[in-house]
Amino acid sequence: MIIAKKSRIPFNTLFTLAWRNLWRNHRRTLIMLSAITIGVWAMIFMTALMRGMVDDMLLNGIRNLPGEVQIHHPGYRDDPSINNSIATPDEALLKALQGPAVKAWTSRVRVPAVISSERDSRGITLLGVEPAGEVQLSFDLDSIIEGRFLKNSDDTGIVIGAKMAERLETRLGKRIVIMSQDPDNNIADRGFRIVGIYKAKLAGLEEMYVYAGIETVQKLLNLKDQVSEIAVTSDDYRHVESWYPHIKEAAGKELQTQPWYEVDTYMGTMLTMMDGFVLVWVVVIFLALSFGLVNTLVMAVFERIREIGLMQALGMRPSMILYQILIESFFLLVIGLLLGNVLAVVTIIPLQDGIDVSVVAKGMEMMGTSSILYPALQLNDVVLANIVVIVLGLLTSILPAWHAASFNPVEALGKD
Amino acid sequence: MSTSLNIGIRMAWRNLWRHKRRTWLTIGAMIFSNLLLVFLISLQFGSYRMMIDNTLKTYTGHLQVQHKEYNDNPKIRNSFQDIVPLADKVRKQLGSAGITAWVAARGVAFAMTSSEQRSYGLQIIGVEPQYEVNVSTLPGLVNKGRYFTDFNAEEIVIGSVLARNLRVDIGDELTLLGSGRDGSFAAGVVIVTGIFDSGNADVDRSMAQLPLGYFQSLFSMGGQGHNIVINAEDLTLVSALQNEVSSILGEREELSLLDWNRLQPGLQQAIQADMASAWFMYIILIVLVAFSVLNTQLMSVLERTREFGIMMALGLKPARLGTLVFTETFIMSSLGLAIGAALGTALAWYLSIVGFTYPGMEEMAGKFNLPDRIYPTLSLLSIFLGPGIVFLCSLLASLYPALRLFFLQPVSAMRAV
Repeated sequence: MIIAKKSRIPFNTLFTLAWRNLWRNHRRTLIMLSAITIGVWAMIFMTALMRGMVDDMLLNGIRNLPGEVQIHHPGYRDDPSINNSIATPDEALLKALQGPAVKAWTSRVRVPAVISSERDSRGITLLGVEPAGEVQLSFDLDSIIEGRFLKNSDDTGIVIGAKMAERLETRLGKRIVIMSQDPDNNIADRGFRIVGIYKAKLAGLEEMYVYAGIETVQKLLNLKDQVSEIAVTSDDYRHVESWYPHIKEAAGKELQTQPWYEVDTYMGTMLTMMDGFVLVWVVVIFLALSFGLVNTLVMAVFERIREIGLMQALGMRPSMILYQILIESFFLLVIGLLLGNVLAVVTIIPLQDGIDVSVVAKGMEMMGTSSILYPALQLNDVVLANIVVIVLGLLTSILPAWHAASFNPVEALGKD
Repeated sequence: MSTSLNIGIRMAWRNLWRHKRRTWLTIGAMIFSNLLLVFLISLQFGSYRMMIDNTLKTYTGHLQVQHKEYNDNPKIRNSFQDIVPLADKVRKQLGSAGITAWVAARGVAFAMTSSEQRSYGLQIIGVEPQYEVNVSTLPGLVNKGRYFTDFNAEEIVIGSVLARNLRVDIGDELTLLGSGRDGSFAAGVVIVTGIFDSGNADVDRSMAQLPLGYFQSLFSMGGQGHNIVINAEDLTLVSALQNEVSSILGEREELSLLDWNRLQPGLQQAIQADMASAWFMYIILIVLVAFSVLNTQLMSVLERTREFGIMMALGLKPARLGTLVFTETFIMSSLGLAIGAALGTALAWYLSIVGFTYPGMEEMAGKFNLPDRIYPTLSLLSIFLGPGIVFLCSLLASLYPALRLFFLQPVSAMRAV
């Protein structure tokens, strides 16, 4: 056996050979290309849809919490009662809340209450809010369908959901009575005039939240200037880790400071689960593709056994044969990837305005998403899909390529 | 004829193993996707079933008789007369018709519920104690105190989170304040006799039940109530039961009989949404397998062009050759189906015993009323639906290579390399 001299690999020749070989059997190559294209398209398209759904769910969810970080009395989460209130932020906390990462913050009184019209009564969650902050964190002014949102913290009006107005058989301008308890368990009640009616993205919320000015609610409940919660947002739910520890430190040990994924563990899980799902989906599709890929290469090698034998007999080293097959597979994968990516982008762009899935609106609401689905094309996901296909694709091609490289030239030449 | 069929199958079989590796790779693609499909479809069926069962068994039930306005507008005044006698009548007539079903009457009202320390606005449910245990799992989940038994007792059973929030325990009093059906003032004092823990925080936070007799007097209901819950033995028997019950109700025009789908539209829709996304994935898998088959069969036809040319020159009709290619695919697909379905069934069967779980499942499960482990449901449908479609699509994919043979010219084919 001749020990191969260390020489430069003639990549130019190899590329040309691989490229021409690829198109010798154009039918087979085209079928395999279609399969890779469809596979890659499915990876990216499906991922964008699911991402869009989870994004929407998280954004909705965080708007309803509200905020990416919340500060409560330690007992409040388990027992959301007026007795578990906290003082308004002290100096240290105020300073942290004015930090650069914080986009907005607000404090709220949030207590269970009963709302009654002359026709009916319902259990609700009464939110005493600072209108300016609330609008930045949670309340969407466009959701007001009649009247107006609260003007300031001592606004004496009340804003209720459209569904609630229907249930109570009341309307804008009418009076309703709010009943709750003060810290000494005395029933506190007060009449409010309905100044606004809103329509929520998730219909269930309309029957749950009723908005009033925070100072008005504090007066009603004998709360002085205590609040139930402080909510903070940075407008980016993915990178809470970088700033929330400062808030936590400033809030001190007596208060419970939690990021959104601890406040609502379902939402937190959804995000990590989604990442897992994307990986599993991409790998499953790749595996389904890999059978065809290996098959194609095995066929390509099989047809050329004689030729490969001849090339070896003429002095081509086995490693060159290996490279040549790998390059052929690389071409196949890259073209498939390109087409798949383009197809995915082309199909997703027209859907940017949202896909109407209101046929199953109630079901989507169960999952926490609204009835219009916005696909979210994320660079990470696209990169992941491409890397998986190219890396695993080349890895699976090694087997047939290695097989081709290990032919005995004499035997190979003898094949018919 | 039978010998020629035999020869056809033998030729197909031998042809397949001329390229052992290629054939196994193609069958491998089928096995892979069949295995996945059986597993995923069984898992889906299992989780849907549990989701429906758990949601309906907690409270809603399979069917409800309601005032016809109640479902759209659940108000105390949308009630109907003589609820208890009507429930009895339904129970008796279903019994004499030999149908197994459970029937219980309920009333629903709203009241401010106060303990010594806390007050909450709550939905209060009036139930028939001896029958409620059959239609809902909640009475069985009382783990502190007991469920009430007396139709007229001034007693209440509440969820564990609610008990904690109200700061009450067994034997404590709760004051109920609300308005009756006629708008009158309703006030009463009840004793907490039982606390249940369903594990679902929303249910445990919001549910409070009174005996129906006391409920009716507290809220000035007279003999009225809001719904009669009827449960069938199994979800599949619901529509038959619905027909039976609606004929019993017959003449009472103010009533409507709603099935679980109308009562909980979100449930079915969540399942549909999940179905849609699942089928998108399945279809992609199936299409990829079909491409694999198309590729293999097209190659195997092309490399045999010469051979086929000779066979045609010897007098074989293109249809015979097409059948040959089809038979080859048929054998491959059958192997893929048998092995894939068998492996998938084995996997699903194993998981139907030990249960299936993944990280994050617990939080997910809570949201959809599922336990933290799913047990796949194996049925003929869940086993053969996916692999069956893969089988058909593989046959379809071999149509093109098979049909090409009809355009083969023997003379030029024999010259092909």
